Amino acid sequence: MYDRGKIVTGIVIGLLLFLFPVFYNLGRAAKEPDPVLTDKAKQAKECIEPKAFMKTEHMKMLDEWRQEVVRDDLRTYKSTSGKMYTKSLQNTCMDCHSNKSKFCDQCHNYMAVAPYCWDCHIAPKENG
Amino acid sequence: MLEKALKGSPIYWGWLIVLLGFIGTGFLVYLYQFQEGLRITGMSRDVSWGFYIGQFTYLVGVAASGVMVVLPYYLHDYKAFGRVTILGEFLAVGAITMCLLFIMVDMGNLPRVLTVILYPNPTSILFWDMIVLNVYLFLNIIIGWNVLSSERKGIHYPAWVTPLIYLSIPWAFSIHTVTAFLYAGLPGRHYWLTAIMAARFLSSAFCSGPAILILLCLIVRKVTRFDPGKEQIRTLSSIVAYAMILNVFFFLLEMFTAFYSQIPGHMHPIVYLFSGLEGHGKLVPWMWTAACFAILALLLLIVPASRRNEKTLVLACISVFISTWIDKGFGLVIGGFIPNPFEKVFEYWPTLPEVVISLGVWAMGFFVLTVLYKMAVSVKEEVAA
Amino acid sequence: MMAMDRRQFLKITGLSALLGLGGKTAFEWLAPGEAEAAIQQATKLAGKKWGMALDVTLLDEEIMSKCIQACHTYYNVPNIGNSKEELKWIWKETYDHSFPGQENEYLADKFKAGNFLLLCNHCTNPPCCRACPTKATWKREDGIVMMDMHRCIGCRFCMAACPYGARSFNWGDPRLAPKALNPNFPTNSEIPTRSKGVVEKCQFCAERLAKGQRPACVEAANKIKPNAMVFGDLDVPDSDIRKVLRTRYSIRRKPELGTGPNVFYMI
Repeated sequence: MYDRGKIVTGIVIGLLLFLFPVFYNLGRAAKEPDPVLTDKAKQAKECIEPKAFMKTEHMKMLDEWRQEVVRDDLRTYKSTSGKMYTKSLQNTCMDCHSNKSKFCDQCHNYMAVAPYCWDCHIAPKENG
Repeated sequence: MLEKALKGSPIYWGWLIVLLGFIGTGFLVYLYQFQEGLRITGMSRDVSWGFYIGQFTYLVGVAASGVMVVLPYYLHDYKAFGRVTILGEFLAVGAITMCLLFIMVDMGNLPRVLTVILYPNPTSILFWDMIVLNVYLFLNIIIGWNVLSSERKGIHYPAWVTPLIYLSIPWAFSIHTVTAFLYAGLPGRHYWLTAIMAARFLSSAFCSGPAILILLCLIVRKVTRFDPGKEQIRTLSSIVAYAMILNVFFFLLEMFTAFYSQIPGHMHPIVYLFSGLEGHGKLVPWMWTAACFAILALLLLIVPASRRNEKTLVLACISVFISTWIDKGFGLVIGGFIPNPFEKVFEYWPTLPEVVISLGVWAMGFFVLTVLYKMAVSVKEEVAA
Repeated sequence: MMAMDRRQFLKITGLSALLGLGGKTAFEWLAPGEAEAAIQQATKLAGKKWGMALDVTLLDEEIMSKCIQACHTYYNVPNIGNSKEELKWIWKETYDHSFPGQENEYLADKFKAGNFLLLCNHCTNPPCCRACPTKATWKREDGIVMMDMHRCIGCRFCMAACPYGARSFNWGDPRLAPKALNPNFPTNSEIPTRSKGVVEKCQFCAERLAKGQRPACVEAANKIKPNAMVFGDLDVPDSDIRKVLRTRYSIRRKPELGTGPNVFYMI
């Protein structure tokens, strides 16, 4: 083929750059997420929705909440169990899950997800 | 045709590398701004738009000026301009690129900028400005590219390009009118709240843009084997002359309304710009420089002998550029914010990071312009051969 | 050996990509919506046209300072320490600067000397809402000109549009404001701060209204002098604010601009 030298060199460099994250992290497995519930959360027995739902849907639910609270002034959430909650990440969710670094961050760090919520919403103060 | 831009003289590559240097530096400083926030600029609570938006406003004018070569050629069959329409269209592409980049660097939260498309607000002029600018960019790229490649193949451009060309003519007027509407509809800013804003914008666009185009044509003639033509440059210089007369006339109209009515809201921004207000007068020497260069430009352009002499024409075009750039790229935006809604003066001056980022954006525009011009000129040289 | 040429290939690839993306979006649009289960809180303060009347004769420097402190404390508005980047939702200005269209060289002494308390006027016809390209600021049905910090792109067009200088921009990260000036920041852990790059302003304490509380500044002022600030629904003919506006002469800032400001200064 024409310009074989240049093309092959280009492909090799491209592959090296593309696969850089693999090489860089080779041999270092990230610590498996180990989310820990606070005593308050354990006492509550259930989050505002069942664990399976929260695991997969909490991102969407928070997105819907922020739309509804700020833009529609609808601040109360009725869970499927019939209980009423105030829609607030800072004051409802983090009230029980006040150990952000041992709970929220566990999975987020593992998945390399950095939600920008905390730029504004104040994370609860943790001891130590 | 882009392969034409990959072959060039050492000067060509040297110029591109210099531009890349400015672009790279500008980008690095922009990363610093992205990290720290816009506090590293000179903007403040009172002067919340500054150099970036001023440059954007000036460059929308330059982009709109492409119509000054397109209109005579396509609507009035002025065949001579056939040699330079592509240069006007590619100048528009380079200018719009800079406009969009200046908007991007000015955003407080750039990652969210596409929310304008997700949640548009049709009452917002910024929304319409985004639409007209982007459509104009695509129009010029598509028209310029197709006409140029048809010229290269020795055939007439395809029929579907024609309606786009006709659309681009009123569209050019619209981009600068909409940009003027950004300013002219805000109730609290008396320097901008004038019906003549769009007319002023268009007149300054149609002298500054063609002036830059003349300078570019002369450079093209010097460094390549393509000569845009003596007649073309002459006609362009007449356009610059008339537009500059209108531009200065409109400004004098503003002066009359402000100072004959003696209404403080109308007078104060102009007093601040030209004489200082409450002891603050950072822009005064700049505005008077703009005024002097405007007078010089008018003299050189109105007197036929100096307009036809290409050496004095160069001086006239540079004068037009300096004068309009200061007036529109600097004085316009800052004058709108000073005095502030409380009739207090809080001054603005761009910081070094702001200037470096701006230079990076200008360099990017010139990079795009150089590559496109190289391509266009090479095609024209090839066809002539 | 390719039967088609490069152009055709590119055309087909492009079209496929568009259809692929478009198809996914269409699928999401056509998917059934989810039923909302949201019920209003019974204790919320509801209104159609919130307004505020300030009794200039009762508001003195001390009360005004307390108002500013109450607001900035409740909403975590930091003191940046310089007027270039300052954030202020409510502040003081002299007569000349509060009402520039009403200059009066021979103004009564008591107005010449003192300050007025300025804030967002939550206009009936707000130019800022017209200007915002993303509706990050908009006029709610209860009259409050609200800010959606999740949507603001920081273009600052609203700041240019506001004739009252009511809006502040976060030129930097507000959490990085000088610690010496903000020792207890954030002062209210129930309310978020803002991030850099968004515009902020008074929101007539929408969060407090939802809990049945009056705005922080009104509460702070009335604690010291009852009825120094009256907050109420201008749409209700016998509301407190309408009653007091019927009996006292009041002025507004720049009414000639047609913005319809809803903050009244009873002089």
